[in-house]
Amino acid sequence: MPIPLDAPEVLDREFLEIRARLLQVAASLDRIERAEGAVDDDPRLMKIRQALEILAGGDEQRAEKIQLLFSRPYEANWLATFRPTR
Amino acid sequence: MYYIDPHIHMVSRVTDDYETLARMGCVAVSEPAFWAGFDRGSVDGFRDYFRQLIEFESKRAGWYRVQHYTWLCINAKEAENVKLSREVIAMIPEFLDRPGVLGIGEIGLNKNTKNEATIFLEHLDLAAKTDEQILIHTPHLEDKYQGTRMILDMLGDDSRIDRSRVLVDHVEEHTIRPVLDEGYWAGMTLYPVSKCTPQRAVDMVEMYGPERLLVNSAGDWGPSKPTAVPDFILAMRLRGHPESLIRRVVYENPLKFFSQSRNFDFTPPETYETVS
Ligand SMILES: [Zn+2]
Repeated sequence: MPIPLDAPEVLDREFLEIRARLLQVAASLDRIERAEGAVDDDPRLMKIRQALEILAGGDEQRAEKIQLLFSRPYEANWLATFRPTR
Repeated sequence: MYYIDPHIHMVSRVTDDYETLARMGCVAVSEPAFWAGFDRGSVDGFRDYFRQLIEFESKRAGWYRVQHYTWLCINAKEAENVKLSREVIAMIPEFLDRPGVLGIGEIGLNKNTKNEATIFLEHLDLAAKTDEQILIHTPHLEDKYQGTRMILDMLGDDSRIDRSRVLVDHVEEHTIRPVLDEGYWAGMTLYPVSKCTPQRAVDMVEMYGPERLLVNSAGDWGPSKPTAVPDFILAMRLRGHPESLIRRVVYENPLKFFSQSRNFDFTPPETYETVS
């Protein structure tokens, strides 16, 4: 389905919002660093770093990729090992 | 613009919310049975809850000319109590012929456990045997992808299930495609913080088209915005989409889906003058 707006129009409308959200992420990461203690090994922080790489990448479907990054894995054969509760 | 909110827990909202919805063009709501914020102690607790949904919520909605419909089940959170769940499932048929009862819902998964899956399958069996439509809750956050795929597996394994009579709710960017590709209806839930925003819902309409797609607020007792569907309507307009497309998603699509339920008796707002 076509998007009624063209790319320059979308950027015009959303530039300030994107800028503000990037600042929010930057300030949150700074805040974690300024605080006492270390979370370098926290898997959540690794996910955040991976998410930033997805944002910086050139592909489409960034939202879907970030959703999948923050998802527990699905195993296609789960039903085979599943025994319904009696 | 007239619209329908196909998933909203009005039992948790005040009467003023009905008035606000009516003012914003809401002509009908459908309310799936869900978790009350605490685990109920007995099957009679559910019997009273179902009566409240069917008898009192429809009355309260009617004060503002909002038509109220209901789905019945025991939700995924309380499904951890398998014994109680089975008692509730056995009791549900008492209510399936009551006015405004559209089917079984919102069933689904929460933490994707064995007990939840067991009770989900038993609800599916009830729906198949009683020829009811199904409304499905998919888990949130990190559990959503896995849980949605598990739900699709269980639905796909039951050949009695007519996919065009199943609505899978709370889809997001990573779950919408398999739901639509496999022939089910998909509902996008607009929660202000943790879930899909109106802008992201518009993106999904643009990416997947309006076929079998619904939008709801899921307004409940937690932080939520019962007027999220009007927010979506505005976001669609500001994006430049035609009124006909917006109306299809927020009004015609829910009507089409609900019309497949035998207890769906809807009065179009255009005819209100003649029925008052
Ligand atoms: Zn719900």
